[in-house]
Amino acid sequence: MELQQFNYDNRIVKAFIIATVVFGLIGMLVGLTAAIQLFYPVFNFDSQYTTFGRIRPLHTNAVIFAFVGNAMFAGIYYSMQRLLKTRMYSDILSWINFWGWQLIIVAAVITLPLGLTTSKEYAELEWPIDIAIAVVWVVFGWNMIATILVRREKHMYVAIWFYIATFITVAVLHIVNSFGVPVTAFKSYSWYAGVQDALVQWWYGHNAVAFFLTTPFLGLMYYYLPKAANRPVYSYRLSIIHFWSLIFIYIWAGPHHLLYTSLPDWAQSLGTVFSIMLIAPSWGGMLNGLLTLRGAWDRVREDPVLKFMVVAVTAYGMATLEGPLLSLKNVNAIAHFTDWIIAHVHVGGLGWNGFLTFGMLYWLVPRLWRTKLYSTGLANVHFWLGTLGIIFYAVPMYISGITQSLMWQEFNSEGFLVYKNFLETTVQILPMYMLRAAGGALYLAGAIIMTYNLIRTAQQGSFLKDEAAEAAPYARGTRSTGGWHQVLESKPILFTVLALIAILIGGVIEMVPTFLVKSNVPTITSVKPYTPLELHGRDIYIREGCVGCHTQMVRPFRSEVERYDPLNGEYSKAGEYVYDHPFLWGSKRTGPDLQRVGGKYSDSWHFNHMYQPDAVSANSIMPAYPWLFSQSIRKSETEAKIRALRKIGVPYDEGYESIAVQDLEAQAKQIVENLQADNIEISADAEIVALIAYLQRLGRDIQAGKQASTEQ
Amino acid sequence: MHKNILQSIENVAIWPVISFVIFFLFFIILLWYVITVDKSFIHYMKELPADDGTDNKTSNQNETEHL
Repeated sequence: MELQQFNYDNRIVKAFIIATVVFGLIGMLVGLTAAIQLFYPVFNFDSQYTTFGRIRPLHTNAVIFAFVGNAMFAGIYYSMQRLLKTRMYSDILSWINFWGWQLIIVAAVITLPLGLTTSKEYAELEWPIDIAIAVVWVVFGWNMIATILVRREKHMYVAIWFYIATFITVAVLHIVNSFGVPVTAFKSYSWYAGVQDALVQWWYGHNAVAFFLTTPFLGLMYYYLPKAANRPVYSYRLSIIHFWSLIFIYIWAGPHHLLYTSLPDWAQSLGTVFSIMLIAPSWGGMLNGLLTLRGAWDRVREDPVLKFMVVAVTAYGMATLEGPLLSLKNVNAIAHFTDWIIAHVHVGGLGWNGFLTFGMLYWLVPRLWRTKLYSTGLANVHFWLGTLGIIFYAVPMYISGITQSLMWQEFNSEGFLVYKNFLETTVQILPMYMLRAAGGALYLAGAIIMTYNLIRTAQQGSFLKDEAAEAAPYARGTRSTGGWHQVLESKPILFTVLALIAILIGGVIEMVPTFLVKSNVPTITSVKPYTPLELHGRDIYIREGCVGCHTQMVRPFRSEVERYDPLNGEYSKAGEYVYDHPFLWGSKRTGPDLQRVGGKYSDSWHFNHMYQPDAVSANSIMPAYPWLFSQSIRKSETEAKIRALRKIGVPYDEGYESIAVQDLEAQAKQIVENLQADNIEISADAEIVALIAYLQRLGRDIQAGKQASTEQ
Repeated sequence: MHKNILQSIENVAIWPVISFVIFFLFFIILLWYVITVDKSFIHYMKELPADDGTDNKTSNQNETEHL
């Protein structure tokens, strides 16, 4: 058959590589800053745009969507063209994908420090940006599927399956989790409330890790590791099992983020079982990667690309064993809400995603620029700095997590908590926070050295824009010789639909009962919607990212009930959250839980505490919030907030929006009077008044219910 | 509200069992497939990354079949 001549597009790969490196450095720098803020609160700079609560989501979004996202696109655009023996279907779509993605990142860099956030983890961006993400993602998928359709290679290699699964699943996750009702141009409320919102969010959050950080990188592993090792993957059969069992099982495991919460028990158990089952495909994949190096281990000593990849695949294996173990309820009881989880995600992030990206870049850049790597020595220095960085990051976080968790749960012989003051447990782990920042700094230093090395490599070579290739056209209509899977591999649309069905089954079975069965969220009659002032306060709480450090979920443990609600002894119930759009359970306790904080302190305590936390609680690492005292509540938005919430089921009376501001002012006046009694003068319009109203409301409904039943 | 369409689902406990059965059958079929699949096809697929139609093809030596 006659061979056809064509060119691979290297320019798009180059653009994504540059974006990967630039945003990688920025994302890591923001992460390091956030890490330092935790032991030197002065690094919050007393500015609202740089407080921990606002830059933490900036860090997570930057490293996940900007660093890893761009690396994923770079890797996919290079490998897909070569595996399918064709140029990308459309250069225009490729460039819309590139510039669209960068614009979304810039929008995130602007809006997150401004406090424009939904507060749902890894889905913080507000609704206009969510729509842009959906559009750009569809462009990426369109370009990819169309490229598959015009391919010259009949069969799709396993890496391509992982790319397809990434595209369809992230699309489904993003759309389902982002449902909301807009209030203003950059403010929306989640369509779901409380327990349901939590379930959808962690179905999303867990699978964002699975299908944004894992499956695309497994695809990259199946391409770049054999390329770098110069030998085929160890077992292609294993890769088939790896793929289908991974995408089939992963989607079910989301509820393991919500163990011991108010989520129905059966859903928690489902999450645990499927998490344990995940060990098999994950380790199958890891072994397949490592065994690809059989007979080439001598080269691992010399080749920095292979070094990075070996550590990456090993980190993947460690993180995917640790994840299922963390989803066992007894382990989770210790680890949840602590720094253990931070260690776990960074073994995955720094080790698996970071190191695989570095390995891929060290392999790609010399090839695209037709030269050799500028300095293997510097790449080795980077490797050791990065490896030490991971160790110095992870080990202190494990120690810190376990230490703090044990301190939270320790009772003395009289049956009282030994460390009744939460702050004692925080102060104890500050040295670990310092070590963690040192680990992060080492890792960042390595990345800076890599940047220099790659720039020098590019300078000494000459970039090949279009790489000539030739291949025979794909003769359509020829029958596959083997079984059904070979047929499937030559039918991309059918393959995509089946992969979609595989991931939907898990999602549907997990969510339908929670959404449809009323008894899953028992109603508590004393739970009422927030007042307009509390609603504003809640939105300030969301804006400042309080949820990044404070949970609102008292788990049913004696130690937690004793610590957070010693008077009434109530752990958190599903029915308490029915008007919470979005839910604010949180995932990390750097500060204490706030679900029962209402009425615990006076209004003036909150006032002083928000103004200067360490003056009220010595050694507190909480940043100060001076701007809350000068900025005014945006009463012009009150009406829209009430209307939006009623639309999604919060029972405000028809027409209440027109008198809501009066109610707001009356409640604000009451708080101002309380403060005046303690010699504090503040305008009734100040944001702090709304925040105090919200904090004082937390946990009050369930107390009111209890009082009512006692009186009866 | 849409969430109140159903007040209850009969025997919700059967859901996890159904999930398990679906997965188990799927996995058995998959396993049966990879064990019986044509060896030459597996060999062909393994070599795909090496051959990208450009001049700088990488060669692969010491081929062995696994699994």
